[in-house]
Order: sequence, then C-alpha cells, then structure tokens
Amino acid sequence: MVPFAGYQMPVQYEGIIAEHLWTRDNAGLFDVSHMGQLLVHGSDADAALETLLPGDLQLLGDMKLRYSLLLDDHGGIIDDLMATRRGRDFYLVVNGATKHGDIAMLENSLPRGIVVDHMKEQALLALQGPRAAQALEKLAPGVGELGFMHGGAFRIADHPAWISRSGYTGEDGFEISIAATAAAMVADALTADDAVNPIGLGARDSLRLEAGLPLYGHDIDRETTPVMAGLTFAINKRRRAEGGFPGAMRILAELENGAPQRRVGFDVEGRQPVREGARVLDDQGNEVGRVTSGGFSPSLQRPIAMGYVATPLAQAGTALKLEQRSKLFDARVAALPFVPHRYHRKGASA
Amino acid sequence: MSLYFTREHEWVRVDGDIATVGISDHAQQALGDIVFAEVPQAGRRVAKGEEAAVVESVKAASDVYSPVAGEVTEGNAAVADDPALVNRDPEGEGWFFKLRLDDAGEVDGLMDEAAYREWVTTL
Repeated sequence: MVPFAGYQMPVQYEGIIAEHLWTRDNAGLFDVSHMGQLLVHGSDADAALETLLPGDLQLLGDMKLRYSLLLDDHGGIIDDLMATRRGRDFYLVVNGATKHGDIAMLENSLPRGIVVDHMKEQALLALQGPRAAQALEKLAPGVGELGFMHGGAFRIADHPAWISRSGYTGEDGFEISIAATAAAMVADALTADDAVNPIGLGARDSLRLEAGLPLYGHDIDRETTPVMAGLTFAINKRRRAEGGFPGAMRILAELENGAPQRRVGFDVEGRQPVREGARVLDDQGNEVGRVTSGGFSPSLQRPIAMGYVATPLAQAGTALKLEQRSKLFDARVAALPFVPHRYHRKGASA
Repeated sequence: MSLYFTREHEWVRVDGDIATVGISDHAQQALGDIVFAEVPQAGRRVAKGEEAAVVESVKAASDVYSPVAGEVTEGNAAVADDPALVNRDPEGEGWFFKLRLDDAGEVDGLMDEAAYREWVTTL
C-alpha cells in the first residue's frame, strides 16, 4: 500500500505482471475511488462548462460520455476528465491528485447559477477486460447493452449504481459509481466471480501505457496543450469554428500550423526499461524531447515509453536515442497505442 | 561457508577467498517483478560500496552495490537472460556476481544472517 492523493492505495496484489496479463485476458477490478466525482447542475450547465473546456457538451447526447480537458488561458492542460450528460446535469470524473484544484477552479469560474457537487460519498470501481461484461451482467443485468462511452443507472447487487462502458486500460470494461458504504460489498461480489481479480495501481499504469493513454501530471500538464499531446479529437468541428474556450487562440493556431512538439510512443531497443525523465536525443546528440512515462510492457515483454519530441521527428519509425543515467538507448518513434484497443463500439463489426 | 548481509539488502556468501553476491529475498519482494538485470564482466575491479550491477522491476530501477572489494570472476549470465530468476530464487540461483576478495576480513563489518533477518522485520 502506498499513499496517493491522500488515499492509501494498493500498488499490487499478486504482482504487477500477473495482474496486468490477467486484465488483458480476463477481468480486473480496480478501486479508483480517489478520483473526483462531480455533479455540475444549474441552467445551461453545458454552455457554462464549454467556457472552461473545448469539448462539445451542448451536442452531447444524454447518457453519453466525452473525454475532455480543463484548460488554462495559455492552452495548458489543468486536468483531463470524462464528462457525461445526465439530462441537463453533467457528471464529471477528474483525477484524484487534481480534484480539489479543479473544484475550486470550477466554482470560481462558473456563473453563480451553476452548482458543483463533490460526490464525496461515492466510491468508484473499474472492471476492465474481455470478461468484464459477462461478469458484470450477472450482478447488474442490462449493462451488456451499453456501448462504449455510454452510461446509465443500474442496480448492482441491490445497490443503486451509475455504470458507464469506459476505462483506462484499452480493454472493454466499465466504471461503476456506487455509495462508499456499498463499495466493499460490491467489490466482494465482483471478485467472487472466477473471471475477476483485484488489480493494483502498478498494473493500472502499465495497462494505460500500453494503451497509449496519457497520465495527468506526467504525460500532460500545464506545459502541454491538446495539440502537443495529440488529444485534438477532444475538440470537435463546432468548437474549432467557434472557439470560446481558454487558450483558444493558441490552440486554434496550433491546430492550423502544428505544435512545436508532439506526444509519441517509443519502442526501446534491448530489455532495460527507460523511464520518465530520460532525455530524447537526435542523431547529432541534441536534446529534442523528454520521456514522460516508460516501463516494461508485460503484454509485449519489452520496454516501451511515451514522451515528447520536436514535431519534425514525430513520425513513426524515426530513430532516436534516449539518455538515462548517462547511458544511451536506441529507440524508434512508435505509433500509439502499443497494444490495440478493444473497446465495445456498438454497430462496429467485431 | 558463511553468509552476510548489508543494510542495502545485498547478501554475500564467502567460500575461501571467493564471495558470491546477490540481493535478499526481502529486496526482491520489495522490488516486485524483476524485468532486467545487468551483471559485471569478469575481470572488473569493484570497490566496497561501488555500484556493480543493476536490477530493475516493473516499478523501479536500483543499483546493486558490492558489499566487499575485489576482482569479479563471473557475472551470472542466467539472471541477465532470465531476470525473473531473481524473484524465484534470490538467495540461490539468482546471484549476481562472484568476486575474489581483496581482504577476507572485510566481511566482518557486515550483518550475519540472524541479525539481518531480525532487522528486516523492523523495517
């Protein structure tokens, strides 16, 4: 157990590699109750929130999720989050380490008629992996009908729950918001299924790295913009045309002309992991970027990393060197994700 | 043959003037799944306390310090090939290197096995 964002959190249960592979093959249960769950309500909450983030919330359908970003006036990323429309209200899930700052920022920036409730009494569990749907369907009938990035109200083991088909592993799976008082009972009911094992923070990190998903505070922060981070899918056509979000001038210019740096993956030669903080060098030895996440990929059985490079070097296949503790490693820019996503997209053939 | 430990969780097993060095069971447990090990080449001279090998788990990288001074006679190719061997048998087959001791008396300052096993329970 380690302290994180004011919580005691498990790094591992039986071992990071075993838990990682279990999640890719079966179903892993993660306690992510440290994350902030917020409910934003009041008239025109969608339009009000759009002044702080670049997502299209006005057109977001009911019970649908959208990945979005809280931005500062320079276009830097204050946090990344999931927003779900629930009628006229929005349910936001934000990062644990940033939630208090986010809440203060939302309260200070939104008009007086908009209320931000911090749902402190809600726990959040994630059930991820190819056997997640089958396992959860037994306890929460109907969840199998949800498509990727859709949510709804269900009952799980007789407790009311808000469940969405979403997650942070690249696998099919669900996130389950329940009363904290019911969390242990629901977790026990889920892990009673042979397909489900508890998974710690260590495997959560290696799974999301393989899936190419950025971790706030490491791969994205106020020094990075959505364009640098390759998160422009979070800004739709209408918001690009209309602007009206923090940092819009810079971000729209970067959308037009490109950003000086881009977030990329790295395939690392050899077996030694290259981790956050390593320098990225070009063939002349000039520093052209930094590694922001890196480690050993349990699924690929080799080291992988993520970071930023100067945009002209961001093309997949570009040969670069990584420098860690005075040692040079050969690496190539890799397309993200490293391991293909297997989301349950409704209407998709597969 | 006698077995000694350091506060950095290395062990050293002495047989005549040859010392075998590895990391303790406590150390491998704390590291978790070990995915990389780098061992020194035969012929390299190492000082007491010098970084002589590298071990990395999924979670973290750490150096293995030589508890004693001497000349490396063998690095364990088996752990370089199969780093998980250090998890499976840390104080046996998962050794890192052997060296010829400069001073057999140098081990006297280290903890014996009973003292080490007791000390790790207090960590």
